[in-house]
Amino acid sequence: MDIAFFIEVLLGGLLAGVMYSLVALGFVLIYKASGVFNFAQGSMVFFAALTFVSLLERGWMLWLALAVTLAVMIVLGVAIERVVLRPLVNQPPITLFMATIGLTFVLEGLSQLIWGSQPHGLELGIPDVPMEWLSQKWNVNVSQFDLFAAFVAGLLVAALAVFFQKTRIGRALRAVADDHQAALAVGIPLQHIWSIVWAVAGFVALVAGLMWGVRNGVQYALTFVALKALPVLLIGGFESIPGAILGGLIIGATEKVAEVYLGPMVGGGIESWFAYVVALLFLLVRPEGLFGEKRIDRV
Amino acid sequence: MLYREAGQFKSTYAEDQQIFPLRQDRIAIAVLLAFAVFVLPLVGDQYWLSAIVTPFLIFSLAALGLNILTGYAGQLSLGTAAFMAVGAFMAYNAVLRVPGMPILGAFAIGGLCAAAVGVVFGLPSLRIKGFYLAVATLACQFFVLWAINRIGWLSNHSSSGVITAQSIRIFGYELASPAEKYLLTLGIVAVMALAAKNLMRSETGRAFMAVRDMDVAASVVGIPIMRTKLLAFAISSFYCGVAGALYAYTYLGTVEPEAFTLDLSFRVLFMIIIGGVGSILGAFLGAAFITVFPIFLNRSSEWLAALFGIDISHAAVSNIELIIFGGLIIFFLIVEPYGLARLWQIAKEKLRLWPFPH
Repeated sequence: MDIAFFIEVLLGGLLAGVMYSLVALGFVLIYKASGVFNFAQGSMVFFAALTFVSLLERGWMLWLALAVTLAVMIVLGVAIERVVLRPLVNQPPITLFMATIGLTFVLEGLSQLIWGSQPHGLELGIPDVPMEWLSQKWNVNVSQFDLFAAFVAGLLVAALAVFFQKTRIGRALRAVADDHQAALAVGIPLQHIWSIVWAVAGFVALVAGLMWGVRNGVQYALTFVALKALPVLLIGGFESIPGAILGGLIIGATEKVAEVYLGPMVGGGIESWFAYVVALLFLLVRPEGLFGEKRIDRV
Repeated sequence: MLYREAGQFKSTYAEDQQIFPLRQDRIAIAVLLAFAVFVLPLVGDQYWLSAIVTPFLIFSLAALGLNILTGYAGQLSLGTAAFMAVGAFMAYNAVLRVPGMPILGAFAIGGLCAAAVGVVFGLPSLRIKGFYLAVATLACQFFVLWAINRIGWLSNHSSSGVITAQSIRIFGYELASPAEKYLLTLGIVAVMALAAKNLMRSETGRAFMAVRDMDVAASVVGIPIMRTKLLAFAISSFYCGVAGALYAYTYLGTVEPEAFTLDLSFRVLFMIIIGGVGSILGAFLGAAFITVFPIFLNRSSEWLAALFGIDISHAAVSNIELIIFGGLIIFFLIVEPYGLARLWQIAKEKLRLWPFPH
């Protein structure tokens, strides 16, 4: 076995995993604060990326397009809270989950109705090419863009950590995540908090959408990429931001390594399901994920 | 005035327990069945039979299967399309590889194979529930499609996994016309719906509901949780498998694995949410709605174009369809979580008292 090649595969997988983590972060945020498993996160990623790229193609400036898209995502988050979540308060989680499946369809239809369904390329000025000095010195190909994505993910997590630890709203969010009723009792407005969480999730979706858009182009298939975030969550635990990052790394790495070394034995293309099987096996050992809250919950 | 139980006395337990305790209901269902068997094949043209009624029946069967699992036993599944795919492809293989295989036997084999797959992917349900389980069934969805695409044996080594269903022969008689295929579908769906209805009224069905409502309490009163859950997966997947086989044999004729994507799973899930979770009738109502609605939408866009000159492109129509479906799901979950079946129930209650509600 060629060590340099193995390292290249592993690094590629880890960095691809970071991209999954970006999507998974959005899930975690919403689950933490409201206990809703937001299946629509993938379509939010798609919606954000498509809005941004369509604005760019209409000749808008980068920053303006970014700001407008962000505003749209925030409005969307608030609207979702108002229209979908508020009437469904106190329903069983599975009902909310199905409601977000409905939301997925609404968002997919809406974004394609407004912006059309043709795929778009997206260019942010960071080329998706191997880093030269790495390939020359150690014969390891690592994409420049992957490193940029990892950097962005790190920045995002740091920003979220500061937001959750240091700001008033962030503390309120954590209080709500811990205990809805206690939060209400000390005067935290639950519905505002949920709007804010969905808006923040919209922001995370925008970042993830930009990264994935550069990598694969902005197209309908983005919504499927987002499904890959689900095994990441199973491994990392639904409530944990570090879990989302670590889970992403694990999924990305095992998936790539399996595809390269195991794939040829069974005919290739196992990337489509391998992550799920890894997550399932993991669940059998540790049903709450790596950092999830341990609940005494007999099945 | 007409629709009430006054004067219909039950003198035995059997009468009290029958599926349709009201005489009016029995007459209505008999008329409906007679219409479906005798009149529809004669008056329905080819388009109606093969593009609307047959798929409606098949989707009803799939929705019935999912409703047993999700509605009655409370285990959310997103792998319906995978079970249907297993049914379709194994039925194809059964006919292909076993000489003299009767077609109904092939459908049953398809269903049994789907049941086996369902049990395997239902195993995680013993440890996890809720959305964890939904993700586990997603794994099933992707794995099965991959396997069908990769394992050439399953599709008889055809290019890109496309299979062409063999002709349907029963006792040497070939069912070729849409009307004949429709009748075969109707027969199978009717028998299986009756079986499902009775199963859900039996000890098994009550065990499912107990597990759904509170599994700890169910195990305390002595219901074996593991057996019940796996049985729910097996029965549900069997129904979906047979639906898949019918999908290939009486509806599409030529199927590729891509016919069974996650999208189809969602469609079936939408059917039971709109139709009514935990209701046999709901599966039929939901399937009817989801099958007919896109056609209605397409037609109405044509009418709009003809009447007002508003031209809506095909892509736009399909996007509007997505939005309306999604919106309806949310609407039903908020306003009427038990779906169309519950509305029907309310209508019946109203009808009993009509026209003197006091």
